[in-house]
Amino acid sequence: MSIYAVIFYILAVIIVTFTVMAITRRNLMHSIVFLVGSFLTSAVLFYLLGAPFLAIMEVVIYAGAIMVLFLFIVMMLELTPEESDWWGFVRPWLWPLGLTVVCLAVIFVYLIFASGSGHKLPLVMASPLTFGRFLFHKYWLGVEIASYLLFVALVGALYLGRGEDIGG
Amino acid sequence: MVYVVPYSHVIFLAAILFLLGAVCALARRTLIMILIGVEVMLSAVGLVFVAASMRWQQLGGQAFVIFIMAVAASEVAIGLALIVYSRRRTGTIDADRYNLLKG
Repeated sequence: MSIYAVIFYILAVIIVTFTVMAITRRNLMHSIVFLVGSFLTSAVLFYLLGAPFLAIMEVVIYAGAIMVLFLFIVMMLELTPEESDWWGFVRPWLWPLGLTVVCLAVIFVYLIFASGSGHKLPLVMASPLTFGRFLFHKYWLGVEIASYLLFVALVGALYLGRGEDIGG
Repeated sequence: MVYVVPYSHVIFLAAILFLLGAVCALARRTLIMILIGVEVMLSAVGLVFVAASMRWQQLGGQAFVIFIMAVAASEVAIGLALIVYSRRRTGTIDADRYNLLKG
């Protein structure tokens, strides 16, 4: 087992721990901070898997933009933590967790017997220059459509967030 | 040549993350936590794309992660605007309390 494999398993444990902590906290602020940690560790994992540009984008977009947007909304709405007793909090988790265990068992068995799943990933790195040239050479139309999608989202958010004549 | 890990291990990690996100979206009742669950799911899909890009030595997988990030960003912008809007209209963001049509 190479040092890279050790790093991968350590990162995997950290990511899963952060995510479990994030989705089980009752306080929204705590779960968002845990999720920022999960995304930062995912960025390191992307770097390990040969995508340095995507690692930077993960930090900038996910941990930077999206999670800060969540923080702003949580602070703006002045939310109170969910008020329910222990059983009222735990009960809705039971059937999704049961389905998750079944699903993971199926995936585990499939990955053991599927052909080619033992293929080892070589240590390679796509430099940002190569990746950018590839993206704008082959997927330039997709990039344009993505920018149009972001523009539509901007217009929609402005429309929904306007102040007047909202009273229900 | 130096190898990192088998392909299936990365897929299994991504499956765990995706299912954690799905459980979060199904079990939590705050609208913001449902959106966070969707974010975790999208991030797990990005991990699969990066691993597949490394497995077949093609850059197309990494290009799609860029598009996933654009979709995630616009989805969060619209979703949070909707949450603020419905909070202003109804005074709550608890999904169980949206029961105006209940007989």
